[in-house]
Amino acid sequence: MKKQVNFILNGKSVSAEVAPHETLLDLLRNDFGLGGAKETCGLGLCGVCTIIVSGVPVSGCLHFASSIDGEEILTIEGMETEEGLHPVQEAFLNNKAFQCGYCTPGMILMAKKLLEENANPSVEEIKDYMAGNICRCASYGQIIEAINEASKLLQQEKAGLNA
Amino acid sequence: MALGQSISRVESKSKVTGQTDYVMNMTVPGMLHVKILRSTVPHGIIKSIDKSDAEEIPGVVKVVTGEDLKDFDINYYYGPAFRDQPVLAMDKVRYVGDPVAAVIAESVEIAAEAVNYIDVEYEEMEPVFDVLDSMKEDAPIVHDKVRPAGSFADLKSLLPQSGSNVCLHYKLRHGDIDKGFEEADHIFEDTFTTPAAVHLPMEQHVAIAQIDSEERMNLWTANQSPSFVRSEVAHVLKYPENKVRVKVPYLGGGFGTKLYVKIEALTAVLALIVKQPVKLALTMEEVFLTLTKHATVFTMKTGVTNDGKIVARKCNVVWDTGSYADIGPRITQKSGFTAAGPYDIPNVHIDSYCVYTNNAPAGAFRGFGVPQLVWAYESQMDIIASKMGWDPLEFRKAQVLTEGKEHATGQIIHSVGLDKVLDKLDTSLEWKDYHTNRTNGSVTQEGRKIRAKGMAIGLKAVLTPSISGAIVTMFADGSVSVYSSTVDMGQGSDTILGQIAAEELGLPREKVRVVHPDTDVTPYDTITAASRSTFYMGNAIQKAAEDVKNQLFEFASEHFQVNSDALTLQDEQVYVIDDPAKSITIKDIIKGIYKMPAGSIIGKYVFESHYESPDPETGQSKDIAIFWFPGGTGVEIEVDIDTGKIDIVNMVSVGDVGKAINPFNVHQQLYGAAVMQIGQALFEECKYDHGQMINSSMSDYKVPSFKDLPDHSDTIIVEEPHPEGPFGAKGVGETASFGVQPAIANALYNALGVRIKDMPFTPERVLRAIKESEKEQESSLVGSTVEIKGEK
Repeated sequence: MKKQVNFILNGKSVSAEVAPHETLLDLLRNDFGLGGAKETCGLGLCGVCTIIVSGVPVSGCLHFASSIDGEEILTIEGMETEEGLHPVQEAFLNNKAFQCGYCTPGMILMAKKLLEENANPSVEEIKDYMAGNICRCASYGQIIEAINEASKLLQQEKAGLNA
Repeated sequence: MALGQSISRVESKSKVTGQTDYVMNMTVPGMLHVKILRSTVPHGIIKSIDKSDAEEIPGVVKVVTGEDLKDFDINYYYGPAFRDQPVLAMDKVRYVGDPVAAVIAESVEIAAEAVNYIDVEYEEMEPVFDVLDSMKEDAPIVHDKVRPAGSFADLKSLLPQSGSNVCLHYKLRHGDIDKGFEEADHIFEDTFTTPAAVHLPMEQHVAIAQIDSEERMNLWTANQSPSFVRSEVAHVLKYPENKVRVKVPYLGGGFGTKLYVKIEALTAVLALIVKQPVKLALTMEEVFLTLTKHATVFTMKTGVTNDGKIVARKCNVVWDTGSYADIGPRITQKSGFTAAGPYDIPNVHIDSYCVYTNNAPAGAFRGFGVPQLVWAYESQMDIIASKMGWDPLEFRKAQVLTEGKEHATGQIIHSVGLDKVLDKLDTSLEWKDYHTNRTNGSVTQEGRKIRAKGMAIGLKAVLTPSISGAIVTMFADGSVSVYSSTVDMGQGSDTILGQIAAEELGLPREKVRVVHPDTDVTPYDTITAASRSTFYMGNAIQKAAEDVKNQLFEFASEHFQVNSDALTLQDEQVYVIDDPAKSITIKDIIKGIYKMPAGSIIGKYVFESHYESPDPETGQSKDIAIFWFPGGTGVEIEVDIDTGKIDIVNMVSVGDVGKAINPFNVHQQLYGAAVMQIGQALFEECKYDHGQMINSSMSDYKVPSFKDLPDHSDTIIVEEPHPEGPFGAKGVGETASFGVQPAIANALYNALGVRIKDMPFTPERVLRAIKESEKEQESSLVGSTVEIKGEK
């Protein structure tokens, strides 16, 4: 018993037939070929499958695909625009804030949301907000530095737009 | 100059855009999916398997059991040390989680559902879970028959044993242990334990197998040892090695759990049976059951003299290798011989036992057993120093192995900067001030929280013997490809190995591409593990690049009528050193060689270590390791005496890497290994109930997150160059894993006067230790078993 869902995926209108048990993560990986988000713990605890649904980060492995009708979905693949990388991606790149890179898409999306809520977070605030994203290689130190730099880049961008 | 530069990982952009290639993201046309039914009993005979209901489910292609494998002309068993592990359980299961049947279906969901419809009847046998019980004569036997694999030179001497769960007993005898203890004024004896733990790379084990039109087996796998997978899968399938092709893209972490054959033999056999490509991706729960870190029981007896010298040390190390040996025998031997610590001790006696139990299999885990040993010997160093009233730093300095001293194995130690590592710990921790003022100020208490410092050092011998082959090809436009079977699992080997080739050829790093492991194309390499790749593969690549350079020089020397030693290669041109006006570009040389602007220059090298097998009775060898690499950790902790919770305020990791080819990556390796060990020290532990791992999920087994980081941390590189290393380099992947646990335990002792000898240091365990110590103080019993001999 499949259901049709219409949604915006990385800025484009798309639709899909989804089964009741299907997760958003499986839908994006299997039907749309988006491999950035991946299932690691399968329990919504590690952050590797982070996807942004209408502005809210969710664990793609627990989020039912059937619930996304009318929503705007952002994945790591939608972060880079014609103008280039998103400032959070840029900052991760500049600070070499990854090793194996498996957790990186989730880290970047979560950091983007953090900086939307708190433009200039302290280190403690970063640690609190990002606590649900696990990096087993432990590039944590560089990720904190990257978020600090992204905060500056985004504030400069905003100041530039306002000027 | 590419060397010594902190060049960003070559695949960086793909990692921030989610485009990096991992096996998990791969599909091949017509691919089926596999799910595994696992044993629910720890030890038993399979009486019957009824798979008929499962096979009737629409979308299920086939259900395969061990019994079904008997219809095929294959070898059922694989393994790096012993071929003791069946592709699927053959008649018998040995742990809760042992693969019993595999469902092949059109989708992952159907395969997972069908697993529930398979009925297995077991006749349970008496299991053994405690590693010390398992060594007893009347213990239930886990393997009736042991089959040595013979795949690796260092494991060739393993002899089949039957009627015992001890699958390897390594002995080291150095000096005269009895005489040593006679000379000692004080003797200390302590037993330290570590629990099983798991690696949990963010990417699970995953493999795809496909038989191609030439009837060859193609495997794409998230594995750290493609060359071994090729030969071992070839053994299982009874194929020649050239009929098996193994390709490995980037890995989402490894840490040891993706070494040797894990799921590849099963995946390949299933593809052979259904004649269609199959993909097997484990869930994280299955990753817990696939491989663990060895739990250990280590009893250490040490004799010291009143003037602060260790004169005798006896080590008894027992490794719980679980139901299948995996690489446990090598850990038992190669880490076993380092059990007495990085010290100059005249009389050493080591027994190291690799023991089967009915727990999940144990194998390589970043550090390869060394962290379990350092935990014991560095805890005891502080126990001794404290009891004797010595400064633990000075006590270490008094016996630390320095240039030209003899290790307990009989090898003379060279290029090991242990003294420098200690000096860095001394200055970065401000140890002297701290130690001098311990009773008046440097151990601070604020409310119910006490702060104190601790340190530890460790030494590891790199895997020896081993082999790395490399090919370096220069194309007609001067660009270069490096063919290497080293797996980039996040450590940055693609970047670093390319830097080595670029340096040798005088090229900018971006002119060099490192080809990912593909056993049809990239030469044999033992494994990507053991902190060995920079040294072994780096050497092979440097010398293969030199081979290319020599071919360029051969043409140029004729062209300029000079000897080739009068030439140099820089900025993509060969110059005459004394007359730099005379130069020729690489492109022109290649055009000159082939008389057309096409063709390539191929350089190759196979780097092999020298090695002397240890004597089977004494463990002595003059050449047991091609290099040794030391690391040290210093911490300041804060412990809450009401809750027992430990926070790391400051952590310093020091590693002697010989030469940092890419300093940033080296710092990342040091920091990453140290943070991983914080988890091992403070909370990581696989818990079992009658053989069933009861916390095999990331909800019940916690790994370090942002909230567990030290408030402040530092990584310090020491460079004591190795004469045989590429540009002096050694290795670094495991260096910062050695000392974290004892450094924290020593700091805890300095804070509270309690000595914990079992890991991890959970709040509960710390609190219990505080209560015990209060009781002991009342009855004036303190610390380890100490035998104080009469005055001499």
